[in-house]
Amino acid sequence: MSEVTAKQVLFEPIFSNNPIGLQILGICSALAVTTSMNVTIVMCLSVIAVTAFSNLAVSLVRTQIPGSIRIIVQMTIIASLVIVVDQILKAYAYEISKQLSVFVGLIITNCIVMGRAEGFAMKNGPWLSFLDGIGNGMGYSVMLLFVAFFRELLGAGSLFGVTLLTPVNEGGWYITNGLLLLPPSAFFIIGLAIWGLRAWMPEQVEEEDFKMSRHTHKEAF
Amino acid sequence: MEHYISLLLKAIFIENMALAFFLGMCTFLAISKKIEAATGLGIAVVVVLTLTVPVNNLIYNNILREGALSWAGLPDVDLSFLGLITYIGVIAAIVQIMEMILDKYIPALYSALGVFLPLITVNCAIMGAALFMVERDYTFGESVVYGFGAGVGWALAIVALAGIREKLKYSDVPDGLRGLGITFITVGLMSLGFMSFSGISL
Repeated sequence: MSEVTAKQVLFEPIFSNNPIGLQILGICSALAVTTSMNVTIVMCLSVIAVTAFSNLAVSLVRTQIPGSIRIIVQMTIIASLVIVVDQILKAYAYEISKQLSVFVGLIITNCIVMGRAEGFAMKNGPWLSFLDGIGNGMGYSVMLLFVAFFRELLGAGSLFGVTLLTPVNEGGWYITNGLLLLPPSAFFIIGLAIWGLRAWMPEQVEEEDFKMSRHTHKEAF
Repeated sequence: MEHYISLLLKAIFIENMALAFFLGMCTFLAISKKIEAATGLGIAVVVVLTLTVPVNNLIYNNILREGALSWAGLPDVDLSFLGLITYIGVIAAIVQIMEMILDKYIPALYSALGVFLPLITVNCAIMGAALFMVERDYTFGESVVYGFGAGVGWALAIVALAGIREKLKYSDVPDGLRGLGITFITVGLMSLGFMSFSGISL
């Protein structure tokens, strides 16, 4: 990892090192805001912005921060950025900010932001850190949009609020699957998405805790 | 009294932090491989939530809220935009203080909780509870009950998941689903189970 190119830093987190699929970071908000595409996109943009700028800011001051208080400094930077995002959303997209309710605030405790600030921005220059923030934000967004796509399409028969499959109760043919609008479906979709991702990239498969032993002796007749 | 009991039950079962709002998922998935570890973390979360939610409630109602500073002669000041940074500061401070107190007076519990205490600062369940408390406008009494209930609900969920995962490691799961994937599906099924509580009207 001595020579990392900007391209690697930007694109690796999207599939081969996805923050949700592999690093188990930032799952909390991934699930709660994915019932419709509109809300999800706003959430994704907020997270990309916060991750990118917090990485940039942390990286700029990284040589000045004493090691013992670095967590609190990072936390303060992140919290201030989130407040900015929150105020912008309240001013320009009030309806959506109401739907996101507490989850904008929860970007502060989103482990992706913290994890990248601590794990990458503390060791790398501002430009690379900025790209790393965007890359990880995008990796997070890809997973979120994937989940939201299925939840909105199958759960409500629409995308971005535009009806594609006319539901039965509006005179159409599509019987909406209410389960997909409820919390559990998000877990199933992410579980299956991880399965798909790992089938595609087998090197991400986790080690077994116990190996299945082969049958070594025949049953007695 | 009835009001508080129904709030408590609602916070534990119907609005379960982990399974209905997906809060604290990162630690929920990462630290649920062993029952002992899960129990330790669960207890720590209960304690921290019971302390931080009421403290944040007091700060919000007496300092940050619009018009709350009228006792200081500043009736027009609205500091609620400072909420986020205040809550996270309060949470970090309380966790730090708790760590010192436990280290000094109850070392057994301190060593049992180990690394989990500092981890709690970045647990979204703690922050989430503070934000829900503000959004729903709880009074001080309600916030104590809510903090405790939310913590117990979260602890219950993580111990249950750890129990399932301890058994699950002996099973033959398809390669790509092993580990994280199957855990997600298990949590999904648990969440489905917990949804049956939502039929209870209090």
